[in-house]
Amino acid sequence: MGAGLDFGWLSEAGYVLAHGVATTILLIAVTTLLGGALSVVAAAARRGTVAWLRGLVAGYVELIRNTPFIVQLFFIFFGLPGIGLRLDAIPAAILAMTINLSAYGTEIVRSGLDAVTAGQREAGLALGLRARTVFLRIVLPQAVRAVYPALTSQIVITMLESAVVSQIAVRDLTYEADLIQSRTFRAFETYAVVTVIYLALSLLLRRVLVAGGRRVLGQGAG
Amino acid sequence: MEFTLWDILRNLLLAARWTIVLSLAGFLFGGIAGGGLLVLRLARRKPLRVVARLYIELFQGTPLLMQLFLVFFGLPLLGLDVQPWLAAGLGLTLAASAYLAEIWRGCVEAIPPGQWDAAASLGLHPFQQARLVILPQALRIAVAPTVGFMVQLVKSTALTSIIGFSELVKTANVINNATFAPFTVYAMLAAIYFALCYPLTAAARALERRLRAPA
Repeated sequence: MGAGLDFGWLSEAGYVLAHGVATTILLIAVTTLLGGALSVVAAAARRGTVAWLRGLVAGYVELIRNTPFIVQLFFIFFGLPGIGLRLDAIPAAILAMTINLSAYGTEIVRSGLDAVTAGQREAGLALGLRARTVFLRIVLPQAVRAVYPALTSQIVITMLESAVVSQIAVRDLTYEADLIQSRTFRAFETYAVVTVIYLALSLLLRRVLVAGGRRVLGQGAG
Repeated sequence: MEFTLWDILRNLLLAARWTIVLSLAGFLFGGIAGGGLLVLRLARRKPLRVVARLYIELFQGTPLLMQLFLVFFGLPLLGLDVQPWLAAGLGLTLAASAYLAEIWRGCVEAIPPGQWDAAASLGLHPFQQARLVILPQALRIAVAPTVGFMVQLVKSTALTSIIGFSELVKTANVINNATFAPFTVYAMLAAIYFALCYPLTAAARALERRLRAPA
């Protein structure tokens, strides 16, 4: 094998890599929306009044946080068909990523809810607002603002972990890299280029999330 | 040939040994390299600090799977014959060192700067300041997050199945291909990881609680 590195393949790989990047972005965008919503609902249930729901959410969080993402993905994609639940690769990937992100997100949002002083809720109720309105309009925005940086980091981590979905043949950035290197036999160069793309994606994603947070939550978030 | 539940479980438990060995090796060597990285990260000279910071950001800003691929396919370019276990161990060591250095930096910087000043005013050499005054205090804070990181490390070893290291996930895939009982195999796989990780999670939580309680 020649000792030199060869990046000649890169000129023809642009389209394929772009396709992989688009898939990776699509996955994390959908996961962020679904996972964000599920995190809020689960955190509210964790701090709610229904005992069995609190237990259910606590069990879910522990189960997901103490098993590897790839095992969750394989269980959903390979394991569930064993009991008749068959999902295509992309829905399976989005489900696994959402379940994973939400377990961490639930804990993060919950700690945010704990950080909002009880007086905020009491003041809202004293004004005659409904409990639901107090939660959605007064407590939740403050809670999310307090923990927004942690949520941002967790979303970036989920995007990086999504490289694993290539293993169930989702055509994300890593999958396209696998294809390219199997054709060019330039594995190291291919993965080096793709690693740099992931690094750029993680920096970009952080920026987008911080800017989005400022817009939705007001100054000071992110 | 029929596989009983016990056959599946027994083979998974045998493979769990390699997950444990790899986790311990990654923690040990990653800890040593992470300690060195921490010294660079806190060094007086700016170029050293920048190099350490870039290393940490590179490993925390890219997928572990890519890092494993780069080690696995990169070392042969240097003329080395790479077995999966070596690439797995080296890849996890490099990644763990970045995370541990960053965790420990947080612990050192949590010590009030006045402690450094006080140690310096006693005439201690900078290394003595670190060893006698700062480290004993920083170590106390560092235990809980370090144990917490071990959970992440055990989970990270699962990715080495992709470069062909025969740990738990790879073995589960092989068993699944032989038994056609995917639900059972992957549910057991998850249960074994949970059994490995949950005690560490619980320990980290207990340590953190003890630290927060007034001494």
